[in-house]
Amino acid sequence: MDFLADINNAIPEAALAGFGLVGLLLGAIGGDRTAGLIRLLAAVALVAASVLTAYQFQHPGAADGIAAFASATSPDGLYRVTMFTLFAKTVTYALAALALLMSGGFLKTSQMERYEYPLLIVFGSLGAGLMLSANDLMTLYVGIETLSLSSYVLAAFRRDSLKSAEAGLKYFVLGALASGLLLYGSSLIYGFTGGTAYAVIAAAPISVGLTFGLVFVVCGLSFKASAAPFHIWTPDVYEGAPAPVVAFFSTAPKIAAVALLAHVMFVTFGPHEEAWRQIISIISAASMLIGAFGALMQNSIKRILAYSSISNVGFALIGVAAGVGNGAASVLVYMTLYVIATLGMFGGVLALRRGGRAIDNVSDLNGLVKQKPGMALGLLVLIFSVAGIPPAAGFWGKLQVFQAGLQADMTWLVLVGALSSVVSLGYYLRLVWAMFMKPSAGELDKTDISIGIIVLVTSLLMFPILTVTIQMLLETAARASGG
Amino acid sequence: MTFQEIAAIIIVLSPGIAAAIAGLGQRFLGDKGSMAITTVLVVSAAVLAGLLFFGQVFGHHPEGGAHAHTIVLSRWFDVGTFVVDWAIRLDSLSITMLFVVTSVSALVHVYSIGYMADDPHRARFFAYLSLFTFAMLMLVTADNFIQLFFGWEGVGLASYLLIGFWYKKPSANDAAIKAFVVNRVGDFGFALGIMALVYMIQPFAGVDYAAMGIHHFSSVGFDTVFNVIVNNAPVLVGGSGAPVAIQDVAFDFLGIHVWGLEVAGVLLFIGAMGKSAQFFLHTWLPDAMEGPTPVSALIHAATMVTAGVFLVCRCSYIYEHTVVAANMITIIGAVTCFFAATVGLAQNDIKRVVAYSTCSQLGYMFFAAGVGAYEAAMFHLFTHAFFKALLFLSAGSVIHGMHHEQDMRNMGGLRKKMPLTWAMMLIGTLALTGVGIPAVDGLHLGFAGFFSKDAIIESAFASHDAYAPLAFWLSIGAAFLTSFYSWRLMFMTFEGKTRADHHTYDHAHDPPMVMAVPLILLSVGAVLAGLVFYDAMVDHHEAAFWGSAIYNAPDNHVLHERHEVPLWVLLAPAICWISGLIFAVIFYLLAPQIPRKMARNGGPMHSFLSHKWYFDEIYKFVFVKGTALLGDLFWKIGDKKIIDGLGPDGMTGLTKASAGGLSKLHTGYIFHYAFVVLISAVIFVAFVMFGQGR
Repeated sequence: MDFLADINNAIPEAALAGFGLVGLLLGAIGGDRTAGLIRLLAAVALVAASVLTAYQFQHPGAADGIAAFASATSPDGLYRVTMFTLFAKTVTYALAALALLMSGGFLKTSQMERYEYPLLIVFGSLGAGLMLSANDLMTLYVGIETLSLSSYVLAAFRRDSLKSAEAGLKYFVLGALASGLLLYGSSLIYGFTGGTAYAVIAAAPISVGLTFGLVFVVCGLSFKASAAPFHIWTPDVYEGAPAPVVAFFSTAPKIAAVALLAHVMFVTFGPHEEAWRQIISIISAASMLIGAFGALMQNSIKRILAYSSISNVGFALIGVAAGVGNGAASVLVYMTLYVIATLGMFGGVLALRRGGRAIDNVSDLNGLVKQKPGMALGLLVLIFSVAGIPPAAGFWGKLQVFQAGLQADMTWLVLVGALSSVVSLGYYLRLVWAMFMKPSAGELDKTDISIGIIVLVTSLLMFPILTVTIQMLLETAARASGG
Repeated sequence: MTFQEIAAIIIVLSPGIAAAIAGLGQRFLGDKGSMAITTVLVVSAAVLAGLLFFGQVFGHHPEGGAHAHTIVLSRWFDVGTFVVDWAIRLDSLSITMLFVVTSVSALVHVYSIGYMADDPHRARFFAYLSLFTFAMLMLVTADNFIQLFFGWEGVGLASYLLIGFWYKKPSANDAAIKAFVVNRVGDFGFALGIMALVYMIQPFAGVDYAAMGIHHFSSVGFDTVFNVIVNNAPVLVGGSGAPVAIQDVAFDFLGIHVWGLEVAGVLLFIGAMGKSAQFFLHTWLPDAMEGPTPVSALIHAATMVTAGVFLVCRCSYIYEHTVVAANMITIIGAVTCFFAATVGLAQNDIKRVVAYSTCSQLGYMFFAAGVGAYEAAMFHLFTHAFFKALLFLSAGSVIHGMHHEQDMRNMGGLRKKMPLTWAMMLIGTLALTGVGIPAVDGLHLGFAGFFSKDAIIESAFASHDAYAPLAFWLSIGAAFLTSFYSWRLMFMTFEGKTRADHHTYDHAHDPPMVMAVPLILLSVGAVLAGLVFYDAMVDHHEAAFWGSAIYNAPDNHVLHERHEVPLWVLLAPAICWISGLIFAVIFYLLAPQIPRKMARNGGPMHSFLSHKWYFDEIYKFVFVKGTALLGDLFWKIGDKKIIDGLGPDGMTGLTKASAGGLSKLHTGYIFHYAFVVLISAVIFVAFVMFGQGR
């Protein structure tokens, strides 16, 4: 196959990789003085990647299902763009850009303004893009590791902080374990099907070895998506890592990981649906319940975020468990709405500072409405959206996955979802209660303008006035899922 | 539009406008402004209503006095056969009520200017008074049951607000709540009655309803309901099945086979019982005396409490076709009139005596309607409004003059101090006890109550209804008791040596002009209302006057047959009031030590009466305590133990426990985490293998 045509399919990732290398060079020459510039350029590069992906999405004739980089072991190509992954990649890149943009103020005030930071985010996003575009377990692994290695470093980015270093180390060790599971599963699959290409695996008959491999692959991917019971690293890592890194973790890689899990299930193991359906629904139910119950006793906002993201991954997995026909679109809708709201919500909360120190306790939010009424109102909308309270947009996402679950006759899973929604209100409303009902906990520092803009934009997006956007999102997601 | 229609619209709407202006704008208007606006508007409504009423009685309309028609203001509901208008129905029934309501209301407004002169919340008081008047007018001019119900609830609300007007007094609040709650029992019946009508009266496509004078079928419209009943038209019960003639409609209720019209009639009457404080539902009325006295005169004597009587007369079309419901009205009315009179004997609060007297007189009106003499009931309603308002306002001026002393045991000898009040009270008493010259042709003279009450007693005797004799004898007894307690009130208050402390007695005085004028005007009514309107309302011209407003079945000739009663029946009421007077003179003027001794010894009879037949105590035991007991049961065992225990509390306990357990899972040790990951992977593999092995 023509190399130029191949590269054309991978143009967003190629652009990111190119920029990453150039930025590395620039940083090596200019040092940390160029950090601000590189951060800006990295954001531009990510936006460009997002736009390019969106362009590919809009012109499906040139992209849909076209494989690239054929090799001896993978005649169908190592790399493939589909509508489903294009949609996920667009959102991933855009959110990575936003997460990067809003981190500026925090990085400056906590002396973390280094040029490696934006580059790590770029490489991480590149890894996310790669793993989504994989058409072969090898490419998949390379993409995952690119993302994971960047994430380990990011978690430990605040080197002088003991907690941050600990978080990085924990993440790394457990991540390595998960990678081992993934690789072990891949090798089993290779052994029993004779190939690593998706098409080969899909065509192979089901066997004990394949099932074994499938389960290990699911375990490894669930770890990346922080789905229970492989979520165990999440609260500790989120608590230790710097705030903007947490905002990044819970948005761009999150949607990428869930979309990847869905993609692998739907495409690679599509014909073996019976083998994974039960597993996925158990993981989904466990994630929802653990996410809902685990957060109730927490006081750290970051830990609450961690459990919230576990729980929400569980909701998205209802869509995966429902199967490709019923649930593919709902997964995309749910995750998109969730990550946008989360970015604004926790980005906003974690950017609040008192006396130069980032806040991390729920009680630090006390009386926010008196000091920053606009911020409090925006956060209210976002929290309602994440909790799925109508008329905020998050409700529509939840409705979509529940409908998918019901169509697939998984009523029990939907009931578990409804139950955990109710329980999780216990901690979402606690945040609201603190902001609106409690007396003020003291003067807060001035917030960064970029944070203000993010909160404003995301809360507007989540606000029911913009149901038009929901409609658009639903249609687009349906198109992405071949509907 | 004719003058009549324009006048009617102004009469109905102006108190509403007055209430809105005074109620919402009292801050800007101030006390004087609010008082002026409400009084002027209500007085002008009263003048117009007077014109309408006298025109109706004495005028010579080309269509005849009985001509009834409806002014539709706007449509309210239009759902299938449930069609409801905001309307003003003009016929002799509503015009009579318009006149009674607006004239008494206007006089009470004027009287209140004096009576409430020192109250800091006068503006609110006047707004409530006008609101009440408006609601009452909506009630009496309704052309359908729904607007009637609207007015019904409106007067209930105004009554609640006015009883509790002095809201800082706990007893006033209690009384207001009691009135509201007891009325709720009645209103429940009323609403069910309306629903029963809606359920039964559904049109059948094959019937030409227009030929019966029904131009727009509405299950709750008076025209439709009454015409369907009179014509015994076929209807579709519940909107389906085969058509049944309305008078033959029957259904099973709680396993009992009942006639549809009887059910509707009984339920509607239960509503009337609540509002008109009839036996079993009367307990709120005496307590309602906690409100300011003008309120008692307007609402709890002259107008609102008579709404039940009005309802029964309005529904004469229904009750003329029922037996059980009509008998129930007769029995309840007769028992009430006797029961309340006995309780009145032993009360010492001047207002409570008058309140029980009201209750008793309402009983007269009800059994009159029950035996078929709706005209006599309305006539008594009409005259009673004047003399009872007069009695209340006179009592009010006694209370006013005595610095809010209400206990008759602390009065006496007030005739010299307040001669005008005494004269007014005397006229009221003469009217109430029914003083007049009976049984002499050509010399038919007497006070208002004489004409109306005697008409009722004669009708009860003349009627062929099964329970009419009971009503007759009870009413004779009640007439005697009425005379006794009325004169007792007169003597205890005005005669003998004073028992008031000398400071109060020295300062006792007649009311100012603004209060005296309404009294004098009402006394004119109390003297003349019977004499002047006897002919039109219950005698030769009654058929022409009432026309289609009141329906009498073809075999109902009560009003004519009452002229043929034996002489002793005519004389009986007169003997009653004379003997009552004699007993009162003996007990309270000549030998006042006898009743005092009786009260002190507190025999069973006396305590039975002074405790009002122990109704409040029984109700408290059965309903209040019973409800509290039931509530306790549901609260402590049902809710706290079962629902909370298994529900919210149990759930939150479980949630907290599991949340705590989950938190413990996070030890922070990396090898624990790795263990969790690996063991989960193993479990999943085992699960899948097991699942596939099956």
